[in-house]
Amino acid sequence: MHDPIISIQGLNKTYEGGFQALKHVDLSIQRGEIFALLGPNGAGKTTLISLVCGLVNPTNGRITVDGFDNVKQYRQARERIGLVPQELTNEAFETVWNTVSFSRGLFGKPPNPAHIEKVLTSLALWDKRDNRLITLSGGMKRRVLIAKALSHEPRILFLDEPTAGVDVALRRDMWEVVRRLRDDGVTIILTTHYIEEAEEMADRIGVINGGEVVLVEEKTALMKKLGSKQLTLELHTPLSALPARLQVDTLTLSDDGRSLVYTYDGHQEEQGRGVSALLSVLNEEEILVKDVHTRQSSLEDIFVDLVKERS
Amino acid sequence: MNLYPVRSIYMAEMARTRRTLLQSIVSPVISTSLYFVVFGAAIGSRISEINGVSYGAFIVPGLIMLMLLTQSVSNASFGIFFPKFSGSIYEILSAPISYLEVVVGYVGAAASKSILLGLIILGTSSFFVPLEIAHPFWMLTFLVLTAVTFSLLGFIIGIWADGFDKLQIVPLLIITPLTFLGGSFYSIDMLPPFWQSVTLANPVVYLVSGFRWSFYGVSDVSLWASVGMITLFLAASLATIGWIFRTGYRLKP
Repeated sequence: MHDPIISIQGLNKTYEGGFQALKHVDLSIQRGEIFALLGPNGAGKTTLISLVCGLVNPTNGRITVDGFDNVKQYRQARERIGLVPQELTNEAFETVWNTVSFSRGLFGKPPNPAHIEKVLTSLALWDKRDNRLITLSGGMKRRVLIAKALSHEPRILFLDEPTAGVDVALRRDMWEVVRRLRDDGVTIILTTHYIEEAEEMADRIGVINGGEVVLVEEKTALMKKLGSKQLTLELHTPLSALPARLQVDTLTLSDDGRSLVYTYDGHQEEQGRGVSALLSVLNEEEILVKDVHTRQSSLEDIFVDLVKERS
Repeated sequence: MNLYPVRSIYMAEMARTRRTLLQSIVSPVISTSLYFVVFGAAIGSRISEINGVSYGAFIVPGLIMLMLLTQSVSNASFGIFFPKFSGSIYEILSAPISYLEVVVGYVGAAASKSILLGLIILGTSSFFVPLEIAHPFWMLTFLVLTAVTFSLLGFIIGIWADGFDKLQIVPLLIITPLTFLGGSFYSIDMLPPFWQSVTLANPVVYLVSGFRWSFYGVSDVSLWASVGMITLFLAASLATIGWIFRTGYRLKP
C-alpha cells in the first residue's frame, strides 16, 4: 500500500486575476483508499480536483496518476479517472441511457451495454434509463453524474461534494455506493464540508485551507490525536469544593457542585492518570456518583479548531 | 486517433439535430424556398438574363452559399457553446482525448448538417427553376470545403462567445451582410466600377463566384482565386483552433 496512485508535487495555481488558489501542494493518494478532502468554501478543493482531472492548467508543479504524467501522458492518466462534478450539469434532453453511453465512448471505450446496465442498476437508475434528464429529480441527476463517471470503469473516482443538497436517506444510499466501489478496488477522493461524511467514510483525511494542505492524517489517528473526550460525573451529594487530591486542571467542578467534568484525550491513561485512577480516588474519598456520561469531540470540533488556529 | 470518442461526439450532435429537426433543417429550407418563389418566380421573370443564365437559376448557388455560411456557423457555434454554458464541457475536457478528436467530432457533425441542408435546398430549388450543374465534382468540393471551413469558424465563435448575444452577433452582423453583398443576388459586373473594387475585398464574393461557376461555368473572379480564398480561410480557422487548444483560451483557466 505504499505505492501512491496519485502523486502531487509542488503544485501551484494562480488564476489570471492574480488569485493564488493553491500554494505548493504536495499530496499522495494511496491505492484503494477513501480520501476525504475537507475545507471551508473557497479553500481550493475544487481547484485541486480540476488540476488533477485536466480542467485547469497548473501554474507549476507535477501530477502523476498511476505513474503517468497528467500533462504529457494525459490519455493514460485521464482514462483512469472518473469525475463527478459539484454542479448538476447535463444535457437536459438526452435520456439516461444515452448520456451514460456517451460518456463511455468519450473516454475511448467500446460500447458495453452490460456494463452500463450494471452501473445503472447499482445506482437504482435502471427503471429511469429511457427518461430524459430534465424529468429527473435532483438526487437522480446526481446519480446520473456518478453513472457517467463510472461508465468507463475508472480506477479512481473523484466526488466533488457528492452529497451537497441531498436528503439524508439518499446520502446513506450514496455512501453505500461509495463503499461498494471501494470494495471493488476503486480509489475514491471526495471533497466535502460535511464533517459527518468524512468521519463516516474516509480512511484518511486531508484538510485544506487558504490553498494550503494543512494536514493529512489517518482518520482514526486524527481523532485520537486531536479529539478530546469529556467524562461527566453526576454526584449524589453536592460538593462545596474539590478535595485536595483532585485539584488538577483536567477536572472541574460545576458551580452548583453537583457534577464533575473530566477532560482527557487518551494520553493520560498511559501515565496512570486516566479514568480508572480518577474513579479509585473518588472511591477513596467516598464521593458517590449518581450518573456518568461521556462526550467525544467530533471531527467538526477538530476541524473548526484547526482552521481557526491556522488563519 | 481513437475513433470511439469522435463517434460519440458526432452521434450526440447528430441526435441533437434530429431532436430539433424543425429548427435546424425544416426552417432554413422553407426560408430559402421563399427566396426562390419571390426572386425566382415572381420578380425574376422581369429581370433579364445574367451571363446567359435566367435570374431565378442565377441566384440558386448564391442562396445555397448564404444558407451554408449562416447555418454552418450557427450549428457549430451552438454545438460547443451549449456544453460550455451548461457546464457539461467538464466531461469533454477531462476525457482522455486529443483536441483533434474534439474538433473532428463537433465540426464534422456541424459540417455534415450543413452539407445535408445544402443538398436538400439544391433539390428543392429544382422544383422552382431549371437547374444545370456543369461541374458536379467542383460543386461538391466547394460545398464540402465551405461547410467545413465555416463550421470551424462557428466552433471558434462558440468558444469565444460568453453569452447568447455574442453567439448571434457574428452571423447576424458579419456573415449575413457579407453574403448579401457578396454577389448572392447579382453579378458584381452589375455594380459601378468603384463598388466593384470594394467588393473584391469581401471574401464571400470568391466563394459565391466559384460555387456559381461550378453550376453555370460563368464566374466573377477566376476559379483559382476562389479555391485560394477558401483554402486561406480553412488554414486561418485551423491555425486559430490550434492556438485555442494550446493555450486553453476560454476553455481552461
